[in-house]
Amino acid sequence: MAKHETPLLDQLESGPWPSFVSDLKQEIESRAKNEKGVEFQIPQDVCEDLLGILELSYKHGRTHWKHGGIVGVFGYGGGVIGRYCDQPEMFPGVAHFHTMRVSQPAGKFYTTKYLKDICDLWEMRGSGLTNMHGSTGDIIFLGTTTPQLEEIFWELGHNLHQDLGGSGSNLRTPSDCVGQARCEWACYDTQAICHDLTVEYQDELHRPAFPYKFKFKFDGCPNCCVASIARADLSFIGTWRDDIRIDQEAVAAYMGGELPPNGGAHAGRDWGPFDIQKEVIDLCPTKCMWLEGGKLKIENRECTRCMHCINVMPRALRIGNDRGCSIFAGAKAPILDGAQMGSLIVPFIKVEEPYDEIKEKVIEPIWDWWMEEGKNRERLGELMKRQGFQKLLEVTGFKPDPRMVQEPRHNPYIFWKEDEVEGGFKRDINEFRKFHQR
Amino acid sequence: MEYEEAKQKIVDGLTKKQKVKSKFYFNDLAKILEEKPRVAKKLINQMVQEGVLEYWSSGSTSMYGLKGTGKQAHAEHED
Repeated sequence: MAKHETPLLDQLESGPWPSFVSDLKQEIESRAKNEKGVEFQIPQDVCEDLLGILELSYKHGRTHWKHGGIVGVFGYGGGVIGRYCDQPEMFPGVAHFHTMRVSQPAGKFYTTKYLKDICDLWEMRGSGLTNMHGSTGDIIFLGTTTPQLEEIFWELGHNLHQDLGGSGSNLRTPSDCVGQARCEWACYDTQAICHDLTVEYQDELHRPAFPYKFKFKFDGCPNCCVASIARADLSFIGTWRDDIRIDQEAVAAYMGGELPPNGGAHAGRDWGPFDIQKEVIDLCPTKCMWLEGGKLKIENRECTRCMHCINVMPRALRIGNDRGCSIFAGAKAPILDGAQMGSLIVPFIKVEEPYDEIKEKVIEPIWDWWMEEGKNRERLGELMKRQGFQKLLEVTGFKPDPRMVQEPRHNPYIFWKEDEVEGGFKRDINEFRKFHQR
Repeated sequence: MEYEEAKQKIVDGLTKKQKVKSKFYFNDLAKILEEKPRVAKKLINQMVQEGVLEYWSSGSTSMYGLKGTGKQAHAEHED
């Protein structure tokens, strides 16, 4: 019989979707049987107490978790998030239930051996429950006790050659899309730069000295599969400077129905024959496409890289050849001031190893500014709003560019500085009075 | 700034405020040291390594405190 009665949670299993409750019960059973003879280092019935406390929360309509604390591994200010329950007598198995963030490999490529190894480690020294992956991108180990933290860290570092991820006022674990490993739209090698910056900025990742969290995310193209533009303080989104490559024969094949649009993604229902005018040309946000004598034409200077036409007809339209990325700053979720999308700070930059230009001209000047001027718990996007986009341009040295304007007339003020204006701001009052009465 | 001088400043500064609070933001420490963040970070990291200071993290925000002080250390049976 189950240790705790959980009628409210059991009901969740009746829905049509895979249930985390069923997953937890499976883990309860597996830990109880212990067929592999694992020497559990935390209570064997941890998952039962986890279900129990969740049931109690459902009953009370309030949480029984507390978070935060001094738990961590020596020398690291992040990677471990202390969690405690406020009913330790009733649920001793989850009295301590700390989360560990483990840095995921770029592109999230694993060998099955590696996955088995991390699962074995976590089965023995933790609850056996993981999040693959958390919204941060990390491998999330859910639930262990304080004495296990250093042991896990040692095994991760020495046996699995793996590091903890970021949490707290740190650089968070950089995360990227699958990139050129599997995607023909990737305009730069997202995995290479993600890995490089993770290694380069180890100190920022593990020793917190920022006002608040800071995230890098890398998207290979404007489809933005890791949603960097909405989430990252600095997002790197692949783009190209030249023209979309057109294969007119393939365009004709799409129009003739020989190739399925969207790679056949919407084939579950009959949508009728493909209509290039309605489904591609009319949906172009800048109206930069048209048909001429059965051939597709694009005015590339008007293209804003929305990716729609390329997504619909991937065999016919390809990204350009002169590739790099655009960099956006200041995206964040709504805690203060509401959610913000990233603002364009670098319209185009080549993404080439060793990425010195990106590090020295973009990342580090922005950090220096934010570390000095940022208030406690102020995200970069909030500082940009408080001190102005112009200040961001000043600290990075980038020149204002029309492409940085988010929308026309959003902010009509241009602030000139005295040294930029001929004659400065001082006027000859006598000369002025000749024309204007008091 | 010499490390020993910095350590003294931090210990004195934080002890003085001990009655009011036991956890401090990084910026508070940099202000006590009267140094720019990059310089302050090096000194503060060394204090953590030596066990003078310890990290505290809520998960989203990190703070610093003198080792072993404050409610959290006792309340959560960590010592």
